[in-house]
Amino acid sequence: MSKAWVVGAFAALVLLLGVGLTLNPREVPSPLIGKPAPAFGLPLLHAPDKTFAQKEMLGKVWVLNVWASWCPPCLEEHPVITALANSKLVPVVGLNYKDARDDALSWLRRNGDPFAFSVFDANGRIGIDYGVYGVPETYVIDRHGVIRYKRIGPLTPEISRDKVQPLLKDLSRES
Amino acid sequence: MRASRLLLVLLCLLPLVLRAAADPELDKRAANLAHELRCLVCQNQSLAESNAPLAVDLRNQIREQLAGGASEQQVIDFMVARYGDFVLYRPPFKATTIALWAGPFLLLALGIVILVRRIARRRAPEPPLSDAERARAAQLLE
Repeated sequence: MSKAWVVGAFAALVLLLGVGLTLNPREVPSPLIGKPAPAFGLPLLHAPDKTFAQKEMLGKVWVLNVWASWCPPCLEEHPVITALANSKLVPVVGLNYKDARDDALSWLRRNGDPFAFSVFDANGRIGIDYGVYGVPETYVIDRHGVIRYKRIGPLTPEISRDKVQPLLKDLSRES
Repeated sequence: MRASRLLLVLLCLLPLVLRAAADPELDKRAANLAHELRCLVCQNQSLAESNAPLAVDLRNQIREQLAGGASEQQVIDFMVARYGDFVLYRPPFKATTIALWAGPFLLLALGIVILVRRIARRRAPEPPLSDAERARAAQLLE
């Protein structure tokens, strides 16, 4: 075996491992993309006697953002979600995940409430159906109730501008 | 009267509740399954090992479903539908995982081929010297 061959094989291995190191192991491809958003009926955070079901949004493009008052990255993401909601492209609904109602309400009072409304998933059961494992998470759901995009972890201004907003515009144009 | 009747009903249900709570067979099945599934919060631990809140929820979910009569496969399907093949410590054999399953065997085969060729080359006898080489060797040795 020639020396060049060994060096070439080694370089290929280094390249392969190097690329592997730059990938984020937390970005697990979601099996939910292209599937109907799991059904739920949950009490509203602000009005426990009222409920909201995901099927009420059929016919609309909307964003579901999973958040909690105990989650520091949610606070970090908050301005991005606020800007997205203020752009008035689509309604942004909050899913308050495994939180205490009082904590959640005071978090919104302190930091501002960008959501059309939030639903209250106290025990995280609906979170499991949505495959939530790293709050915050953001879902884009189309007119037919199908999940078209999922972001695990905070939405950055770049992702919001380059990915989420163009997708929302495209989906809004679709009939 | 009404309250005592309710109490009676609750007392009758108590053994059922206790049996569900202390069922060693169910515990074992739930634990075995939890060892097969990855905790997505701390990705190098199984659901059985992790103490992340989500792992606790998912362990309860496994136990509840098994207690409700679900098979092991149904629970695994439930998890895969939500979190993808990544939750499985034993990924399925399919088009996207072929490199994962076949890769090591291909590398092994490649290694064997290279090894066999090298050994064969080493065993091959030296080709006999030609007359010209013999004459040159004799000249050098003088």
